Amino acid sequence: MYIILKKEIAVFLNSLIAYITIGVFLIVMGLFLWIFPDTNLLDYGYASLDSLFNIAPWVFMLLIPAITMRFFSEEKKAGTIELLATRPITDLQIIMGKYFAGVLLVLFALIPTIIYYITIYQLGSTVGNIDTGSVIGSYIGLLLLGSAFVAVGVFASSLSDNQIVSFVIAIFLCFFCYAGFESISSLQLFGKIDNFLVQLGINAHYLSISRGVLDTRDVVYFLSFISLFIVLTKTVLESRKW
Amino acid sequence: MSVIVNHLSKIYGTQKAVDSISFEAVPGKILGFLGPNGAGKSTTMKILTCFIPQSSGDASVCGFDVIKDSLSVRKNIGYLPESNPLYTDMYVKEYLNFIAGMHKMGKETKLRIEEMIDKTGLVREQHKKISQLSKGYRQRVGLAQAMLHNPKVLILDEPTTGLDPNQLVEIRALIKQLGKEKTVILSTHIMQEVEAVCDRIVIINKGILVANEDTKVLQSKKEGTLGFKVEFDKAVNQNQLKGIRGILQASNLQGNTWLLSTDSKSDARTEIFQFAVQNQLVLLSISKEEQSLETIFRQLTSN
Repeated sequence: MYIILKKEIAVFLNSLIAYITIGVFLIVMGLFLWIFPDTNLLDYGYASLDSLFNIAPWVFMLLIPAITMRFFSEEKKAGTIELLATRPITDLQIIMGKYFAGVLLVLFALIPTIIYYITIYQLGSTVGNIDTGSVIGSYIGLLLLGSAFVAVGVFASSLSDNQIVSFVIAIFLCFFCYAGFESISSLQLFGKIDNFLVQLGINAHYLSISRGVLDTRDVVYFLSFISLFIVLTKTVLESRKW
Repeated sequence: MSVIVNHLSKIYGTQKAVDSISFEAVPGKILGFLGPNGAGKSTTMKILTCFIPQSSGDASVCGFDVIKDSLSVRKNIGYLPESNPLYTDMYVKEYLNFIAGMHKMGKETKLRIEEMIDKTGLVREQHKKISQLSKGYRQRVGLAQAMLHNPKVLILDEPTTGLDPNQLVEIRALIKQLGKEKTVILSTHIMQEVEAVCDRIVIINKGILVANEDTKVLQSKKEGTLGFKVEFDKAVNQNQLKGIRGILQASNLQGNTWLLSTDSKSDARTEIFQFAVQNQLVLLSISKEEQSLETIFRQLTSN
């Protein structure tokens, strides 16, 4: 697994993928937080990073599929999947190697945003007037959300040897899992099941963690969500054997 | 026995790609795996390398079953797939390092990589990106990665495609040398290669095994005719040529060049020469036509 992880990270760093993705993420976040009028913190006047954590999931929804789309699609297209699958490593090791490479990249993208936290910390009308617990919770939530999106992206890329197809499928699935369930439940069609539907969506759990309370239910939700998509990916990869 | 294939079948949908074939490959002998396009060669190789499973029958490599002990099989196999897939944005050494990592080669990695680069003649190209290499050099990288972890069994799917004549000779020599201690299975379309390299030949056609013999046995099996390609300076009558003793058939190849065939035992060159003298013809050239494995291959696989 480690060797695949190393290879994927090397691919990210040797091509422009990592730099562009992280760069775009930081630029977009910077624009929303400090410059664009509706969301900018300076006009908003409260020392909180809420707008970062509200916008980041939507940016991730576009950027994460862009980095995960090549994982299996490219290998399938170039036939290099045959090279990997005929080595003494299991399919699961291949998947996990790629998955953690994606998670690491998300982590790299998030780390520089800590500077925003420091800025707000200093800008508070009494220095340090910010709910640090909530910020830490939100970061954990955002990382879990990113990890969940990576899992979805890995799965989507195993579906097709065409990167664009994988990209679009991943965006759709991410969107649906993030906001789709909630929107369906707001139609109030299913009575009691509506509440359950909300709980199926990522957003409910993301918001819950963002409050700064690390509830095991939410953590279990994210871990199960990720496991589900990893298992689905494994099933798709093994379908060559059917 | 390091590779044993027993009544192996593979069915894709309704099409039988491989139909109950059995053969064995032993260390020290190079097995040539022949067949026309779509005969099931690559499918068999993919089964042996655990990329896809068979539909029925079984196969084992070094005593490990390809389904049950898949990981052990993969440890003992070096595989060069047909299309020679490579990570083209990697450097040659980086790529070989990656392959070594998957085999957990540890400390010996560096030495082995140097050795493989040297053996496959990649020394001058070793610092290049794979995307910058020509097809022949990429093929060498493919061979290098297949041999890198010093596997007991080498499975090479058309290893010499894209090589120039010099490289061809080098790589064949390399394969031949490897075949002295390892089990090598190679597929190819080039009959000269089979004659030059392989000790044993397995021919399959439409998924069915049609030959499984030592190369020499197969070569000596050919029956029928021996051909001579003869060129005269003037036009000759076909019936006249048929009149030569020992000649069974005469066919015009082009201009005054004829293909004369005799039964395999008699060498009719003396008679042909005398015929030319008697008819005041000048014999511009006379050469024995190798009726080689190609003929046998065609006989076995055309229907």
